[in-house]
Amino acid sequence: MEITLQHYLAVGAILFTIGVFGIFVNRKNVIIILMSIEMILLAVNINFVAFSAYLNDVSGQIMAMFVLTVAAAEAAVGLAILVTFFRNRGDIAVDDASVMKG
Amino acid sequence: MPDLISALQLSAPEAALAVGGLVLLMIGAFAGEKSARVVSTLSVLLLIGATALAVTGPLGRAFNGAYVADPLAVYGKALIFLSSAVAIVLGDGWMKRTRIARFEYPVLIVLASAGMGMMASSGDLISLYVGIELHSLALYVLAAFHRDDLKASEAGLKYFVLGALSSGLLLYGASLIYGFAGSMRFDEIAAYASTNPSTGLVFGLVFLICGLAFKVSAAPFHMWTPDVYEGAPTPVVALFSTAPKVAAMVLIARTLEGAFAGSHDQWAQVLILISLISFAVGAFGGLVQKDLQRLLAYSSIANIGYALLGIAAGSTIGIQSMLLFMTLYVIDQFGFFGILLSLSRNGRPVRSIADFAGLRKERPVTAIALTVLCLSVLGMPPLSGFWGKWAVFGAAAEAGYWMAGAAGLVASVVAGFYYLRIIKLMWFDPAPDGQPVTDKSPVEAKAIAWACAAFSFPLVIIGLTWLQPLTVAAAAGFGAG
Repeated sequence: MEITLQHYLAVGAILFTIGVFGIFVNRKNVIIILMSIEMILLAVNINFVAFSAYLNDVSGQIMAMFVLTVAAAEAAVGLAILVTFFRNRGDIAVDDASVMKG
Repeated sequence: MPDLISALQLSAPEAALAVGGLVLLMIGAFAGEKSARVVSTLSVLLLIGATALAVTGPLGRAFNGAYVADPLAVYGKALIFLSSAVAIVLGDGWMKRTRIARFEYPVLIVLASAGMGMMASSGDLISLYVGIELHSLALYVLAAFHRDDLKASEAGLKYFVLGALSSGLLLYGASLIYGFAGSMRFDEIAAYASTNPSTGLVFGLVFLICGLAFKVSAAPFHMWTPDVYEGAPTPVVALFSTAPKVAAMVLIARTLEGAFAGSHDQWAQVLILISLISFAVGAFGGLVQKDLQRLLAYSSIANIGYALLGIAAGSTIGIQSMLLFMTLYVIDQFGFFGILLSLSRNGRPVRSIADFAGLRKERPVTAIALTVLCLSVLGMPPLSGFWGKWAVFGAAAEAGYWMAGAAGLVASVVAGFYYLRIIKLMWFDPAPDGQPVTDKSPVEAKAIAWACAAFSFPLVIIGLTWLQPLTVAAAAGFGAG
């Protein structure tokens, strides 16, 4: 069977959906949310690279490089904020992030 | 080579901010914590210099169309950089009094401004994404800036998670747009989209709008706003409610009008739906709030709805009305936050609405200023907020969306309740027994609050005579150069 653009897009869409669900369904741990965010960004990267190969246009791959870089920076910032939260709260359960409501 | 030089000349404001931000970071890192004051002053000067560069610089396109310097971008950048500078001035004294003064605060704002400038002049999907991330990453850190405070770190965490999710949505939309239109550049996307608006393209566009709506905190993507406004340090919230909102609104106008002018019917429906929900959430959500910063969050959700209505009109007048509305809105917001920062009782900042009871006796001038600002945001003629709403409703009615305009009018009547409640508390209610008197106000916060209130009325009448032609020129020059 030949692997076409549709297959890549399907994989991208599935990974993206899993990532979004990972953020909303998960009630336990903020680290899992960080992993879900990475998954969303990488799903988008599959899309970009697949389209780039399909269109014979290099800008999609350039975008994928930018996304990888930003994802690394984002993970660093996210973990730093998570560390300050842990210091103040002593826990990183998602349900604990509920001092403010309404 | 001359190509590169002219490209760098065009992008001089952002380049100056990026390089300047790094230099300031070095100064701070080597001079230590005591350098916070110096770095703040230099940052304000840098931002003013970047504004001058943007206003006097050449117009045109650079980096293969990825960077656009047109009058719309220049106007947006001037507003963004100047509001960032005001936020630094407001924050500097406050951080010192709260004993969390650090040189990173101004540096982060400078770096965020570089990103917001990129957003205002992005010409393709790559610069759009890089601009958004550059400003978002700095703002996540700023939200959690008070790192020993549980509320601030919780605000930072919530802002980060939802902001990263919105970037993901936006990026997924961008990948679909790229794939179906075959190009990253807005003008090439526009050329493709006007001939064959495929389903995939519209699908990507909806994802893109969802991601951008998150960034401007329009309902139903507003869930982070009240918590972040309540938890983050007050001067940071003053920044959040001004510069990033302007940058994202200019970006929305640029993307939708620049790349998808041909599919106006599709995105206008989405924008109008978003602004109607924002009106409802902003007006009714604010009714039950007790914390003034939380109330301002709901107020900003409603106000973003008005600005989106201007863009939905899909015309030059629509963009012009959005620019005028955002300018007047930014000034009003700085007035509110200046007052919040200038009032404290026994060293405890005044936050809850009940704390304003009897303010008339203690602080008559501040009470007058807050009254003017409340009436202005409410949309009372002839105060500044009225003229912004007037322009937006005019543009919406001209495009045939007068029903949405009427809904906005109803929303501002409902929202009037909570503004009038503040006024009633200040002027007619006695201060509760045993309430400590207000401390001496810091000069800079008081000066900014009074200046903004004086602009709201009566200076706005004079201000409009030059803001009106400026916004008209900015909107008319959209895409030129």
